[in-house]
Amino acid sequence: MSGRDEAILGNAADSAPWDAAERLPHGTEAGGARVDHIVVLGLVPPGARVLDIGCGDGSLLALLRDRRGVDGRGIELSREGVNACLARGLPVIQGDADTDLANYPDDAFDVVVLSQTIQATRNPRIVLEHLLRIGRQVIISFPNFGHWRVRSELAFRGRMPVTEILPEAWYETQNIHHCTIRDFVGLCREIGARIEKATALDARGRPMRFSMPWWFWNLIGAQGVFLLRRGAPRD
Amino acid sequence: MDTIPDTALKPEPVAETGMRARLPADLPQALDPRSPVARFGTDEPLPMDAGVLLAPFQIAYQTAGTLNAARSNAVLICHALTGDQHFAHTHPVTGKPGWWETLVGPGKPIDTDRYFVICSNVIGSCMGSTGPASIDPATDRPYGLDFPLVTIRDMVRAQAMLLDRLGIRDLFLCVGGSMGGMQVLQWAALYPERVFAALPIATGPRHSAQNIAFHEVGRQAIMADPAWADGRYLEAGTRPAKGLGVARMGAHITYLSEPALHRKFGRRFQGGSAPTFSFNADFQIESYLRHQGLSFVERFDANAYLYLTRAMDYFDLAEDHGGVLAKAFQGTKTRFCVISFTSDWLFPTSESRAIVHALNAASAPVAFVEVESDKGHDAFLLDEPTMFSAARGFIDAAARARGL
Repeated sequence: MSGRDEAILGNAADSAPWDAAERLPHGTEAGGARVDHIVVLGLVPPGARVLDIGCGDGSLLALLRDRRGVDGRGIELSREGVNACLARGLPVIQGDADTDLANYPDDAFDVVVLSQTIQATRNPRIVLEHLLRIGRQVIISFPNFGHWRVRSELAFRGRMPVTEILPEAWYETQNIHHCTIRDFVGLCREIGARIEKATALDARGRPMRFSMPWWFWNLIGAQGVFLLRRGAPRD
Repeated sequence: MDTIPDTALKPEPVAETGMRARLPADLPQALDPRSPVARFGTDEPLPMDAGVLLAPFQIAYQTAGTLNAARSNAVLICHALTGDQHFAHTHPVTGKPGWWETLVGPGKPIDTDRYFVICSNVIGSCMGSTGPASIDPATDRPYGLDFPLVTIRDMVRAQAMLLDRLGIRDLFLCVGGSMGGMQVLQWAALYPERVFAALPIATGPRHSAQNIAFHEVGRQAIMADPAWADGRYLEAGTRPAKGLGVARMGAHITYLSEPALHRKFGRRFQGGSAPTFSFNADFQIESYLRHQGLSFVERFDANAYLYLTRAMDYFDLAEDHGGVLAKAFQGTKTRFCVISFTSDWLFPTSESRAIVHALNAASAPVAFVEVESDKGHDAFLLDEPTMFSAARGFIDAAARARGL
């Protein structure tokens, strides 16, 4: 690992990026909402204009609308997902993160959410740059390919990992651009994205509540959740 | 309902007689339609984009359902190029059921038990609203080509006057496909405060060069028919049936898709298994198209076809707003749902996406669905469950938001 890379990670860890997790409403899982959605809920200010990219059946948008009073919009690739969103009364367009983001104006949204999708895009870097351009804040989550189970599948079995969070075999997965939490931090640095908050979730999507350095999260976090803003890193 | 009737698959006299048709002596529905008519006198002219004040004029319309006490449940259906006001009513000429009974009716996505649904024949058409077949009060003979050129905006202005007459301040929903979708977009741009929800289907923000080209072929076919008589055929006692039939045949191809044509007709022969070595309608697809041309001529006026195709050609919503489509929807509070079909090559999905992108840029709430269908442009008139479920979801949610 290069000294430069270490410096970034150390710096980000110093600024206590995991504090957000400590303030999340951990007890709310009983409400029926997905736990990783509750994490996002904790990061979105009330009344915000939100774009959820890859919004699926609209459950996160509906949660944000009902609990935060947000003005939410969505983009979803599947027809089934768009129909489910329409039935919930959510303004969702059938579209593709790789092709449709270019058409949104700068600062169109207060918050742009990309859940578990960036690893399935053709050009994650361009997608991330669009997110930072369209939204004043970006919440992005992705499966961590640096998780110890992934590493052990590769290291000891010599097989592409099939885990709780990466359930499909290599030949049928949509995920074409895997990355680790550290890889993602590196990309943020490269395109000048500021990491405002970050947290790691366990395989069930629950936030891990203790503070640890990046290498540790990169090993035991099943997914990473980042709150980003455009601008230079604070170093 | 399907656009391809069983008769198309039976041997028909068409093959022998070519393009001759039994024609009605005149166009009774144009002057005295079998539906309610709103008449506007010289004190209430229609200001038209051509720079004329049209007066007097009339609008023929149909309704279904009941207007609620708050007058908040009105739905305006905008019909397509050769459509009419009989969306849920037996057609007075063809005897067929209403053209949108798939989508509109009791318990349907546009539920006539809940909403008051209106559809008016557009200005320039021939089913009872003023158009080129109407009598010009200045000359006491049919307008013909003296009728001013009509635009989509003129149609919408006339519809707004009809709503004023009916005491309807604003629409819960404005919905339409193809040229009807153009009117929906025009409504949202011209009277945003009067449209709560807009559902444009299988349409575009402008007519493409290819679409203008197809229309021009149709118009030239009509004008090349000697019976067209420079547009004065009603007085001459002739009808440009051949020209109008050919125009319809050409246009009809654009409403379908190659896979649908192949599935319905393939290269199958009509009433035999071998070519006749003649120019009779050997192939089923030829017989079908001739049937389409003939049946169209019986219900539609050739000059109206010229005017309405031209209105679509002139439509370019971005051009009306300095070349920026998003400006047409600036500040709108209307909620939109845009629907396209995968096999529609007349108004391909890219046209709908242009609308969606403009609405996004204008921060308007917009939903968009591309429906998988091999039935081409006409899919919006057919049994398309995905379209129905998308429309139902959008309309039900809008109704909740409006407290209906």
